Amino acid sequence: MPLFRLSPPFLSGTSRVTLHMVQLLLALVPALIALVFFFGAGVLVNITFAIIVALITEALMLKLRDRPLKPFLTDGSALVTAVLFAMAIPPLAPWWLTVVGIVFAIVFAKHLFGGLGYNPFNPAMIAYVLLLLSFPLEMTTWLPATGVADNSLDFLSAFQLIFTGELANGVSVDAFSGATPLDAMKTQIRLSELPSTIANQPLFGVFGGIGWEWINVWFAVGGLFLIYRGVISWHIPVAMISALLIISSITFFLAPESTASPLFHLLSGGTMIGAFFIATDPVTAATTVKGRLVFGAGVGLLTYIIRVWGGYPDGIAFAVILMNMLAPLIDYYTQPKVYGSGLVK
Amino acid sequence: MTQALGSFPGGLKLAGQKKRSTQTPIRKMPLSKTLVLPLQQHIGESAVAIVKVGDKVLKGQKIATANGHVSVCLHAPSSGIISAVGDHPIPHPSGLSAPCISIDTDGEDHWVERNMAEDFSDLTAHELRQRIREAGIVGLGGAGFPSFIKLNPGVHHHVETLILNGVECEPYITCDDMLMRERAQGIMDGIEVMQQALHVNNCVIAIEDNKPEAISSMELALASREKLKDTKVVVIPTRYPAGSEKQLIQTITGKQVPTRGLTLDIGIVLHNVGTAYAVGRAIKHGEPLISRIVTVTGKDVKHAGNFETLFGTPIHELLSFCDTKRKAGEPFIQGGPMMGYNLAGDKLPVTKTANCILVGVDDATQAAKPLPCIRCGDCATVCPVSLLPQQLYWHSRSKDLEKTSEYNLFDCIECGCCSYVCPSQIPLVQYFRFAKTETMNQEQERQKSDLARIRHDNRQERQERERIEKEEKQRQRKAALAASKAAKEKKEAEAAESQSESQEKQ
Repeated sequence: MPLFRLSPPFLSGTSRVTLHMVQLLLALVPALIALVFFFGAGVLVNITFAIIVALITEALMLKLRDRPLKPFLTDGSALVTAVLFAMAIPPLAPWWLTVVGIVFAIVFAKHLFGGLGYNPFNPAMIAYVLLLLSFPLEMTTWLPATGVADNSLDFLSAFQLIFTGELANGVSVDAFSGATPLDAMKTQIRLSELPSTIANQPLFGVFGGIGWEWINVWFAVGGLFLIYRGVISWHIPVAMISALLIISSITFFLAPESTASPLFHLLSGGTMIGAFFIATDPVTAATTVKGRLVFGAGVGLLTYIIRVWGGYPDGIAFAVILMNMLAPLIDYYTQPKVYGSGLVK
Repeated sequence: MTQALGSFPGGLKLAGQKKRSTQTPIRKMPLSKTLVLPLQQHIGESAVAIVKVGDKVLKGQKIATANGHVSVCLHAPSSGIISAVGDHPIPHPSGLSAPCISIDTDGEDHWVERNMAEDFSDLTAHELRQRIREAGIVGLGGAGFPSFIKLNPGVHHHVETLILNGVECEPYITCDDMLMRERAQGIMDGIEVMQQALHVNNCVIAIEDNKPEAISSMELALASREKLKDTKVVVIPTRYPAGSEKQLIQTITGKQVPTRGLTLDIGIVLHNVGTAYAVGRAIKHGEPLISRIVTVTGKDVKHAGNFETLFGTPIHELLSFCDTKRKAGEPFIQGGPMMGYNLAGDKLPVTKTANCILVGVDDATQAAKPLPCIRCGDCATVCPVSLLPQQLYWHSRSKDLEKTSEYNLFDCIECGCCSYVCPSQIPLVQYFRFAKTETMNQEQERQKSDLARIRHDNRQERQERERIEKEEKQRQRKAALAASKAAKEKKEAEAAESQSESQEKQ
């Protein structure tokens, strides 16, 4: 094989798929530190385990599909799926949850559709939704953040909890678990509590839940880094956040007694990881400029609708998957105007 | 200095790599022993040789004549003897051979008698165009379209602005830059001729802001010209592909050329500064187009620079003159790194469209196998025509040619921006060229089969018509026969009747 390509352009930029993925992982680091700070070392155990499972599954699938291992194992896409998935599930989720999720993501959501670049849905979100539907209890067993309760677990105890379900002294995961702020807000509003009163409970911080608001801020910081580096464009995050902000402001203005504040929605649950890391997955999102605005706005709106009127505390995963379905249609109807078209000769 | 009125979407900021070849003034390339001149160095019909082997020719003597409207003449770049007329390898992406005239030079460089017109103001537009055509002038920016055609607006169009393209947006190439620095007066001569031929006063000379020397040189030359008071230099931001015809028009005027239309449709004519210089030489000095300035540059060229080179000079002589050490496997490029093409070898001649010979590109594209498209959309962001290269790619790949046309494949200018930014390193331009060629082939096939079908239908129709006519004739004949028979019978009957009547009477 020749060293150089012999057809134009002979010059090439520095953009590479692997480089995109590496920067994406780098951008997740601040939020990861925040996650570990607020929810203990379980997140690290989950991530490490998810990466191992993902790489093995990816390798097996490549082998089965008779594809070369090296370019596709090093492209970083399986790694990103694993990390995003592990950061989205509860910090002390049992190990088999990770296995089921990752295998489903890599085998069904990715390779059965053709592998890298061909999957219509975000693999991490497909796995998340599958688990949420199949194992709702395990998927909603969250920990209260540090600051609400002191549960600073070290790496070893987190490992024990994840792989055996209990600590050496017999304490099980249930001893640590508690509702997430989004969940608490939703159930108590349904019990006719005022959102302003709910927000004064110890679970809640300044804008969102304690811990959660900071995690969201750090996800946003990582996302801004990605925009600065040109890995993602601003359109989807801006559209999504604006849509969420606008609809929550409207309902908050119309019915303050039954809806949480707009800022609570922005800094709760998966808003920022969704806006900057999930909805922006290029493979599954819309690709035209206008299309990205529509796509982002759709994710924002659906997220809010599911959170407030749906059966689940958070709606990011469902919203992204629903919009993934619409991406080809959005792209078709938002094509840019080509140079010179529509002009009379 | 005036401001540009518009801007185009997308594009790339590329490292210019221009300084490498602008450190020395334009030098004359020494005369080669043999010059090989392809009969086709322009877009259109190939020229027809009017010399034969053994003929003695003078420098500037016409050796091949234009054939048809879209065609130009060809001249001997130096004096000597015709040594061959026949096929020879030419610079072409596919490395093919084509009819060429070879001249063994005698070293005397004797000029043929030249038809100079120091004052050309009494020449008509038509006469100017004829002289430009006779001088064999084509667009020297790279495409090689016969210039006299682009100096003829025809009766249906009015030219508002003449744009001189001194943008030179591709990295490495500096031949226009150096020409503007050193021979600005010659370019002004050409602009005066062009204005007279087009009946237009408004003229814009577009130069990218990375060429300050060229800008000041052109402005200085402009200041001394009484005739060119409506001509101005417009400095435009450096961004690839700012020098592409349609993008330049958009930058200068803010207007777009209609799809499948001409620049003339919006009252604009665009010529390269090198072409203007050649036009000036042809009219004022009677010199046909026999040489051009070639940039020889690249990582592997020790003494890069610009060389005034006679057409037909073998490229390897040019390279060894600059002390070039080409590494094995490296592309060997005629033109720029973005839109040039890989030459099959260095035994090929310099032609009218050879603006640059590039050996050794920094950050060269590796031949790695591309990854699948991850739909990042960067290709659409940089496309200066606002196409969706990604969609075009999917449809080209699956050979869904109808869909590629729907996505405006034929508006693609093949600038290479999409391939440049692709994180999966997909050779997008290659896919688009393939789809274009396939579509054109299919169109040709379709036309051919249409023609055959029409012919078949016509034949059937004719046969049917003939059959009907024959039947009609037969019928008529039968009818006539029957009629005459009936008439005869009637006559006989009448005769018989009258006989019987007369008998009765009797």
